[in-house]
Amino acid sequence: MALSGLEIYKLLPKTNCRECGFSTCLAFAMQLAKKAVALDKCPFLTEESKKILEELNLPAIKLITIGKNDQRVQIGNENVLFRHEERFYNPPGIGIIINDDLAQTEVLNIIRKIKDLEFERIGQRLKIELLAIRNRSSEENFLKTIDLVVHNTSFALVLMCEEPRRVKKVLELYKDLRPLIYRITPDNFLQFSQLLKGDNVPVVVWSEDLEGISYLTQQLNRNQINELVLEVSNKSPAFALWQLTQIRRLSLKKKERSLGYPVLVLIENQDKDLSLLFTVSYIAKYAGIILLDTFSPEDIFGILTLRQNIYTDPQKPLQIEPKLYSIGSVNTYSPVLVTTNFSLTYYTVLGEVEASRVPSYILSVNTEGMSVLTAWAAEKFTPESIIEAIEKSELKKFVNHNRIIIPGYVAMMSGDLQEKSGWQVIVGPREAAGIPRFLRDL
Amino acid sequence: MIKEYIENWSGEVNTLVIGATPEEGGSRRFSVKIGGERTLPFLFKEALLPFKPVIAYEIWDIEPIDWATALSKYYGDVWGNTLEWADKLIREYKAELLCLKLAGAHPEIGKDLDEIVKLLEGLLKKVDIPLIIIGCGDVQRDNFILPLCSQILKNERCLIGEVNQDNYKTLTAAVLADGHSIIAQSPIDINIAKQLNILISDMGLPLERIVINPTVGALGYGLEYTYSIMERLRLAALNNDRVVASPFICFVGQESWRVKEATTPEKEFSRWGSEWRRGYLWELITAGALLQAGANILVMRHPKAIEKIKEYIDKLYEFKIN
Ligand code: SF4
Repeated sequence: MALSGLEIYKLLPKTNCRECGFSTCLAFAMQLAKKAVALDKCPFLTEESKKILEELNLPAIKLITIGKNDQRVQIGNENVLFRHEERFYNPPGIGIIINDDLAQTEVLNIIRKIKDLEFERIGQRLKIELLAIRNRSSEENFLKTIDLVVHNTSFALVLMCEEPRRVKKVLELYKDLRPLIYRITPDNFLQFSQLLKGDNVPVVVWSEDLEGISYLTQQLNRNQINELVLEVSNKSPAFALWQLTQIRRLSLKKKERSLGYPVLVLIENQDKDLSLLFTVSYIAKYAGIILLDTFSPEDIFGILTLRQNIYTDPQKPLQIEPKLYSIGSVNTYSPVLVTTNFSLTYYTVLGEVEASRVPSYILSVNTEGMSVLTAWAAEKFTPESIIEAIEKSELKKFVNHNRIIIPGYVAMMSGDLQEKSGWQVIVGPREAAGIPRFLRDL
Repeated sequence: MIKEYIENWSGEVNTLVIGATPEEGGSRRFSVKIGGERTLPFLFKEALLPFKPVIAYEIWDIEPIDWATALSKYYGDVWGNTLEWADKLIREYKAELLCLKLAGAHPEIGKDLDEIVKLLEGLLKKVDIPLIIIGCGDVQRDNFILPLCSQILKNERCLIGEVNQDNYKTLTAAVLADGHSIIAQSPIDINIAKQLNILISDMGLPLERIVINPTVGALGYGLEYTYSIMERLRLAALNNDRVVASPFICFVGQESWRVKEATTPEKEFSRWGSEWRRGYLWELITAGALLQAGANILVMRHPKAIEKIKEYIDKLYEFKIN
C-alpha cells in the first residue's frame, strides 16, 4: 500500500528547512514516494511518523542476505506475481546438499565437481551459489565437514541441523559467514527462539501449513529473530505450488507481513528427472532457494539456464551495440558474418563462430533488437540497413576481400544486396548450428 | 488467521476435442479433450482444471532431416516408413496423440502429391488414435495440400495447421467444411494472436475450434518470451476475454533439438556433461516450463522425455482437494 507524495507530506514537519537537501518538504515527500531517497535524510521526523513511513517503505517480501561479500546471495524483495508485470528481481539461490556422514575424500571429491559447475551463456556467468551441509551423524562430523567446506570453497552456506544447541555451537565458530540455518519447526522453535536471539543470522522456518508458518514467524519476530526464510515441502508438488502461490499473493496483495519472506524448497530422494521437473516449476513459481541432492552438470546447466531466462528483465529489449566485432585473432582475410543486434541471435552466432575456431568478424546490424526473420519481415534487416552497417563500421578498412556472409533465412535478399552494396554476398546456413562446418569448408 | 487468497476468475479456456469415435462419425478409438481451465496451471485448490495437458509424438512423412542421434536411437529403425513409425509409437510407447508433419511436401523435397494422399489413407486405416496434421511451412504448397488432407480426414476431427495472419483463408475454409480444428500461429505476439483468432472466427469457424501456437523459444533461446506471452494470453482468457480463450499447442521437440546445447558432444564442451542426457533434459525442461505457462498440447520427440513429462503431469494431477 504505497502512499502518494501528498499523503507522505502530511507526515513531514512542513518546515521546509532544507536539511534533507530538498528545497521543500513536499519535494522530499515526492522523492520518498518514488523510493528515490532514504527516509533518514530528514532528521526532524516525529517518532510516530517515522514508524509509519518505515513500515510503508518495507518491501512486501523481505530481502534476505546469506553469506558474505562477493559470495553473498540475496533473495526476496519481489514485487509481482507475473514477470511481464514488471520483472522478477532476485533469482532463487540454487544449492547442493552434502551430508556429513561422508568420508573426507568423498566430500572433497564432491566439492571438486561442484566447482566445475560454471557455465557461460549470452555474456553471463551461470553458477550455483549455495552449499548445504546436513548433519546426519555426530556433532564432531558436522563440524569437520563444515570446516572442510569452508576451507575449500567460498560458497554461501546452509547449515542443516534441527538440534538448537548444536547449531549454537556451530554459530559460535561460523556466525561471521552469515550462513542460513535450517530449520526451525513447531517442535524446536521455543529453544531456537531463545538461542538465536540477537544472533541476526538468517534461518529457515517450516510448518505444515501457512497458518503454522505465520504463527512461528510472529513468535520469532517477538524475539527479534527477523531474518527468515519460509520452507514449503515438496511432498506433494501441486500443494507446494499452491503454497508458493499463496505466500506470494498474500504478501503482495494482502500485505501479510507474517508471510512476507522468501521461500525455500528442498528437493531430494526422488526420481532424478522428476526432481528436475519440480525444480523447473519452482523456479517459474516463486521459490527463493532450491536445495538439490544432485550435481550432475547437465541438470545444473539446464536449471541455471532456465533461471536466467525467467529472471531476465522483460521490459528491456535484448540488444547489443550494432557494430563490427572481431572474434579470435582476425586478419584481413577473415570472413565476415552479418547478423542482427538481437542479443540472443548475436550470442548464438558468436558461440558457433568460437566453436569453429575460425577467426572471423561478426557485423551486427541495427535491427532494433529484432531477430533475423522478425527484422526481415519488419524491414529492419534489409540491403539498406546492412549497407549502412558496412559503411559505419568501415568494414573496408578491416578486410581486403569483398565477401560478406548473410544468414540462410534471408537468402532472398542476396541478389539485391549484392547489386546495391557491391559486395559479394554468400548465403550462410539457416541455423547457427551450421556455422562451424560452413566456416571450415569456406 | 490466514485466509487463503482465492481469485474468482470470470472466464475459462475453451474445451476442444481432437479425434472422433465411430459414434461421432469418425474412426478413432478414443478422443482427446484439452482446455477447460478455470484457473492458472496446477492450482487445483482454486478452480477446476478438468483435462490434463497432453503430449503429441511428432512424426514425419519422410525420413527426418537433421534429427539428433539421440532420437534415431529410438526411431531410426522405423522412420523410413511413416506407418511403421506411427505403429511403433502406439504399440511400444503408448502414444495417445500423433502429430504428423508433412515435411516431404516442401518444394525443396518435392514429394509427390499421390504419395501424400496414399500415406494419409494408409494412416487412417492403420492408426486409430487422434491426429494432428502440420504442413511443410511453404505457404503455396500448404494451401494446396492441407485442404486435401482435410478432405481425406473428413469427420475425424483432427487438428490441422498452421495458419498465420497473412495466410489463413484457404485452410480455415477447408477445416470448417470438414469438421476439424485449426492451429493459429502467431510470432510471440499477443496482438497478432488475438487478431488472427478474430479473422478466423469471422470466417465462421467457431473460436472453440482454434488452438493457438504462440511460437516456442527453446530453453536458453527466448523461452521466456513465449512463457510471458502465454501467461498474458491465459490471464486474459481467465478474465473472460473470449477471443483469446484458446488452448495452446507448443512445438517443444522441434525447437529444443535445434539448439546446440541439445546435441553438442561432450568432448567439445566437457563442462556441459553428456550430450545424451543434455539433449533429453533440454526438451524436458522446455516442456516443463511451458506447462507452467499453460501449455495444453506439447509436441515432442524424445520418447523418454515424453514418458517423464507424462509422469510429472500425473504426479501433479494426483493432488486431491482436501
Ligand atoms: S529535512 Fe525534513 S523538515 Fe527539513 S525540508 Fe526536508 S523534509 Fe522538510
